[in-house]
Amino acid sequence: MSGASSWSFREEDAGKIGILLNGLLREANARTALLVDRTGQMLATAGEEPRFDPVAFASLTAADFSANDQLARMLGENEFAALFHQGEKDSLYLADVARRVILVVLFDNRTTLGLVKLRVRNVQEELSAIFIAMFAREAAGERRVESGFLGEAEDEIDKLFGS
Amino acid sequence: MSLINYASREINCKLVYYGPGLGGKTTNLEYIYEKVAPASKGKMISLATETERTLFFDFLPVDLGTIRGFKTRFHLYTVPGQVYYNASRKLILKGVDGVVFVADSQMERMEANVESMQNLYDNMTQHGLDLTRLPFIIQYNKRDLPNAAPLPQLQESLNPGWQVEDPARMRPQADPNRQGEMLIQEVDGIWVERVPYFEAVALRGDGVFDTLRAISKLVLKTLG
Repeated sequence: MSGASSWSFREEDAGKIGILLNGLLREANARTALLVDRTGQMLATAGEEPRFDPVAFASLTAADFSANDQLARMLGENEFAALFHQGEKDSLYLADVARRVILVVLFDNRTTLGLVKLRVRNVQEELSAIFIAMFAREAAGERRVESGFLGEAEDEIDKLFGS
Repeated sequence: MSLINYASREINCKLVYYGPGLGGKTTNLEYIYEKVAPASKGKMISLATETERTLFFDFLPVDLGTIRGFKTRFHLYTVPGQVYYNASRKLILKGVDGVVFVADSQMERMEANVESMQNLYDNMTQHGLDLTRLPFIIQYNKRDLPNAAPLPQLQESLNPGWQVEDPARMRPQADPNRQGEMLIQEVDGIWVERVPYFEAVALRGDGVFDTLRAISKLVLKTLG
């Protein structure tokens, strides 16, 4: 057992992921793609700028996916690898990536669920490979925040939360 | 599991307020939400029942601002306290960076406190996390009530200390928040460590920010 681990998301990861997500949106004719980590943090977005609060959205997405994961287990399934939420105009399709990240595609009636599903399946493997490499790098240990960060962060905490 | 996002220049840390039902976890977050400057806080989300009991979680993001080029943010969560919501509680602990245990000081809630603390240990273990190695703080809430148990009694039940196994940590460490008290000390030849604790009356905000400040600092230290 261990204490909390930490991982990092580099510029080059973001670059590769951005290319994949933008390709997905183009081919699926969807509006926005978001990557959320299972602890509820937003990792990346592509396409139309979301009109909602992305921080709250990420936290609810992770909770939604985790709750459904538990429901799946109750049925004797390993997981529900994907979820679909249908709205009148906008809908969401959520799919697992490497068991640690959730890909969310926001789309409207300019496309179909079938097409979105198909295109997501096409990028899922490549996205998984990127994340698996990222987690492996983290497990091997990597440089953390630069020195000086902690002192400044503590000052900010004192300012914001009163000392 | 704090996330350092070099692409969007963000650092996000997850803090979870844990404890028995009606102990004041949501009240802590509500007070923080009320007092933190509007520019520093996001939207507070509460997934609650019609009677205002937390069903799944409360969520409040708090921004520290940009530090050395990184936008630094704490995600504050509460869990539902009632025993039967354990599945939800376990989900919220996923990827946690720091835990605040909000204990209800009332004498008659002692058993509920102990049960919730045990449940916290069990759920952390199931996530492969060791509570003794993670930033962890206890807040004794409702200190203003006439039926509040004395501190030594609460400490004995909820914060008795665990044996230090790492030789590097076997040296006395004073509690920076409580004069004359120790966090790590040798007792009868055994090194024992306790977690920092604070007294609070969350309804009027007493101790709320002391707790938040302490846990935030402990979590940030793990990034270094």
